[in-house]
Amino acid sequence: MIVAQPKPIKEILEMVKDFRKILVVGCKGCVTVCNVGGAKEVGILAASLRIARRRSGHAIQVDEHTLERQCDPEYVAELKDIIGGYDAVISIACGVGPQFLSERYPSTRVFPGVNTQFMGGAEAHGVWSERCAGCGTCVVHYFGGLCPIARCSKSLLNGPCGGSSHGKCEISKDVECIWDTIVNKMMEQGRLNELLEFRPPKSWTTARDGGPRKMVREELVK
Amino acid sequence: MSDYKSGSNLEKVLRSGQFAFTGECGPPQGANVEHLREKARHLKGVVDAVNVTDNQTAVVRMSSWAASLILIQEGIEPNFQMVCRDRNRLAIQSDILGVYSLGIRNMLCLSGDHQKFGNHPDAKNVFDIDSMQLIHTVKTMRDEGTFLNGQEVDVPPRLFIGAASNPFAEPFDFRVYRLAKKISAGADFVQTQCIYNMDKFREFMKRAVDMGLHEKCYILAGVTPMKSVGMALYMAKQVPGMDVPDSLIQRLRGAGKGKAAEEGIKFALEQIEEFKEMEGVAGVHLMAIEWEHKVPEIAERAGVLPRPVV
Repeated sequence: MIVAQPKPIKEILEMVKDFRKILVVGCKGCVTVCNVGGAKEVGILAASLRIARRRSGHAIQVDEHTLERQCDPEYVAELKDIIGGYDAVISIACGVGPQFLSERYPSTRVFPGVNTQFMGGAEAHGVWSERCAGCGTCVVHYFGGLCPIARCSKSLLNGPCGGSSHGKCEISKDVECIWDTIVNKMMEQGRLNELLEFRPPKSWTTARDGGPRKMVREELVK
Repeated sequence: MSDYKSGSNLEKVLRSGQFAFTGECGPPQGANVEHLREKARHLKGVVDAVNVTDNQTAVVRMSSWAASLILIQEGIEPNFQMVCRDRNRLAIQSDILGVYSLGIRNMLCLSGDHQKFGNHPDAKNVFDIDSMQLIHTVKTMRDEGTFLNGQEVDVPPRLFIGAASNPFAEPFDFRVYRLAKKISAGADFVQTQCIYNMDKFREFMKRAVDMGLHEKCYILAGVTPMKSVGMALYMAKQVPGMDVPDSLIQRLRGAGKGKAAEEGIKFALEQIEEFKEMEGVAGVHLMAIEWEHKVPEIAERAGVLPRPVV
């Protein structure tokens, strides 16, 4: 899933300080799963904004709405009859959400209520970590099913570097050295020869380096 | 025409079978050319080549190629270091051509410390290619005469290709294989991380020799004399991939007030003596960090002077 975290309420209040009618829009996709942008969090953010503004003597109207997904025009269209009634919209979907809203409703001021972090998963309740860098050419099978592009701090394809210590990355004791895991796994499985194979420079044309990406699947285009 | 790969002094010394002795010099955090020249002069005639670090620990300094050229002006052979953190493959290949064109003949290929350690932690890193691929890039340009895209290089750069090896990083069992991989990728010589845990290094070298790696590549053992107990503690606790045994820290402590530095040098000299005899070790790389003026004394006491003229 796409993992996000809430922006500090202070930052959001500053963003919308000039507006009096605000719509907070959530998303039932990834951000609901990672407890940051679903109906529940829409309610919490809306209430926090109302209370803060009332306390500061500038009471405002904050309404709530949660879409099935903000990354799909058919769901974004659901707002067409109500969005005109607001001065500002706060989207608490991933970074795709505020952009789809801005594109569909060009005259509406849209603000991001979360900081989108990464593509990853839940390691434990309340703990998420990155798994995919979206490079566009998956090669995890070379590395014991683990991705050094997303998970090595230096994206080494021929790791590990000299900074690997006690299974941790040189940048922080809180960061796993994924190369340590890859090497131990492959050696235990008797696949050392695969690790000894030189991995040539990667083509980044399919990654963000190749420019903004677009995918067209002709068989699905109506 | 010689059959040297680069014809550098370091290559000639190693090829002649003599015990090599290399040094290191960090460029200034500014354009203080005089300070650089002054530091470098201590190393002249005392070492076979001087490593010039490339924004080491991700701290901005004078570029390694520029500092390398200043060393050449001083009559000192540089070992130009390049890291993959700050350059993509376009910049890497053009800098390789640039340094060769201006007289640099040795190049050490590194991934580079993560920018998080340095003085610009907000920077975006590059890591378009890794150190293994960098080694291979230099070799391809030199021996195949082609760029990474297969196009022909108009006059290939004849560089003596260096790599780093850290026998003390983990997983230990894989380290010698990674060294083998670097040699296959094109490393002509290897300089190791600072060695303090001699038992572990002996084991590492035994494995390297068993695999015949010392016959395919010159292995230089890394030595950094400890200046103080504080430095030893810092290296032990703060520097990733560094293995400083407690026994060494105790030894430095036991030397008494004001005598730790001399004890540190004594330990380094004992190491160098052992490396001279150790199978597979072709030389020593002395990294006397901000202690360049001590290098002549250490070299003298280590019995590695005068340096061979090949």
